[in-house]
Amino acid sequence: MTARWKILLIGGLVIAVVAAAIYFPILRRRVKLAAKLQQQSEEQARRELAQPIAINPGDPRVKAKLFWASDALDSTLAPAVVELPLSNDPALRSKQVLNTLLAGPVDAELRTLPPDAVLLAFYLLPDGTGIADFSEALATSIPSGIASEQLAVDSIARTLEANVAQVQRVKILIHGQEVETLAGHLDLTGAFVVNTRPASLPSKPAPSAPTRAPGMLTPEKAPGKLAQPERKP
Amino acid sequence: MLLEVRNIARIRVPVRTYFLFGMIAAILTGAAIVYSSQTPAQGPQSGPNTQSPVPPPSASPQSGPPEAATSPFSAQPQRSGLNIVVLDPAHGGVDTGARGTGGIRESEIVLELALQVRRALELQGFQVVQTRQGNENPSFDDRSATANAQRGAVFVTLHISSTGLPGTARVYVNADLPPVADSNGLIPWERAQEPFLGLSRKFGDLVQGQLTQRFKGSPDGAQTASVRQLRTTAAPAIAVEISSVAVENRAELDRMGPGIADAIARGAAAFKPSYVVASTPGAAP
Repeated sequence: MTARWKILLIGGLVIAVVAAAIYFPILRRRVKLAAKLQQQSEEQARRELAQPIAINPGDPRVKAKLFWASDALDSTLAPAVVELPLSNDPALRSKQVLNTLLAGPVDAELRTLPPDAVLLAFYLLPDGTGIADFSEALATSIPSGIASEQLAVDSIARTLEANVAQVQRVKILIHGQEVETLAGHLDLTGAFVVNTRPASLPSKPAPSAPTRAPGMLTPEKAPGKLAQPERKP
Repeated sequence: MLLEVRNIARIRVPVRTYFLFGMIAAILTGAAIVYSSQTPAQGPQSGPNTQSPVPPPSASPQSGPPEAATSPFSAQPQRSGLNIVVLDPAHGGVDTGARGTGGIRESEIVLELALQVRRALELQGFQVVQTRQGNENPSFDDRSATANAQRGAVFVTLHISSTGLPGTARVYVNADLPPVADSNGLIPWERAQEPFLGLSRKFGDLVQGQLTQRFKGSPDGAQTASVRQLRTTAAPAIAVEISSVAVENRAELDRMGPGIADAIARGAAAFKPSYVVASTPGAAP
């Protein structure tokens, strides 16, 4: 290699280094800006999706039974009766009771769901399957563990069971997606049984079972029990 | 003509050589097969997350010799009872599991706990296979595969909760699964636990009984939960969850280790007579 080529090569490298030194900070600023804009749009979308369900004052006020953690027994649920104006439409009624469940009891220690979790959507399929779509906070903010995750799902299933007879089972999605587990333990690939009795029958009041452990389920009434997975043929 | 005879002679020499080499190779292969059938067999899983079964310590009068550690694929007569316990320290790698305010990480504690449980099980004469021995994070299916490849195994996954009464321990068995309706005799992977639910319940109750004796405030019987790890495991399978990472001092959890280990080992020993093992790994009981 001649001296001239060496000079040209070194000159080229120097130009490349200088160009990179100028361009990389600009690129970094743009990436940060793009990430910020994306985060803002996600937050905006979340806020739009998570608009509180309008309570129609014309709806009949009924005594809804909500299941939060028991203050007497470890890792069990206890019913609390709350008077709410609830719609007769089962999907809307499901949203109303689940939003109240998410709002939490007076004693925050008895919460079963994270305070920042939001119900994004609830759909009710003709076969009685309810699709409850929660924000990511349900998975990321819930205390990790079999007991806490099972308690969260049980509180959802039993609250629906006690207040919306048309929901036969519930499938939980996180931000519109099916996930394998709630927070590393509880299986969310299937649907959870809510009501085993036909929806047309008059709904019996859910038995109060403050002392029943989440695992102590009977075959006839088994919230938390995995139903036939939806993805199975 | 003479040239052709020479050529034939040249050809015959290599043929004899090949024949001799073949005989030697056959003898060596036969010797290798005989030798392998007499040595403690490794678990059939050879993936990076699978640990080889460790022979029981020779100091223990209850533990068998290394030769007793039978592989499902060895040439020895098949045992009909429970031989192997697959221990699964949950989480690992980037998944630390539950984290306490004092910096306690579930993935680290369950790994240390698994060593204590392993020793206790080996003293009871069990062969132990771990789904991980270091800070790896095998998938749920990889962990189940480790158990499903064994014959005469039970599966125990170890967890520490974020909540619950500190100093207690709970055993979970999988919630009911849809019955397996396949007519070809194969168990669908996604519902592999279904045929074993009854055995899992029995095993879980036995271990929970032992735990309740040692840790007051623990439930009397095994609980039911839809634990993902258990669903794809084709063996009697339980999850043991200790409360909790919320303790201020990690020593509180460390003190529970020997009791947890002893309870699981005694529960497995009590369960052993009632477990009739299927003829093939992962088959229905």
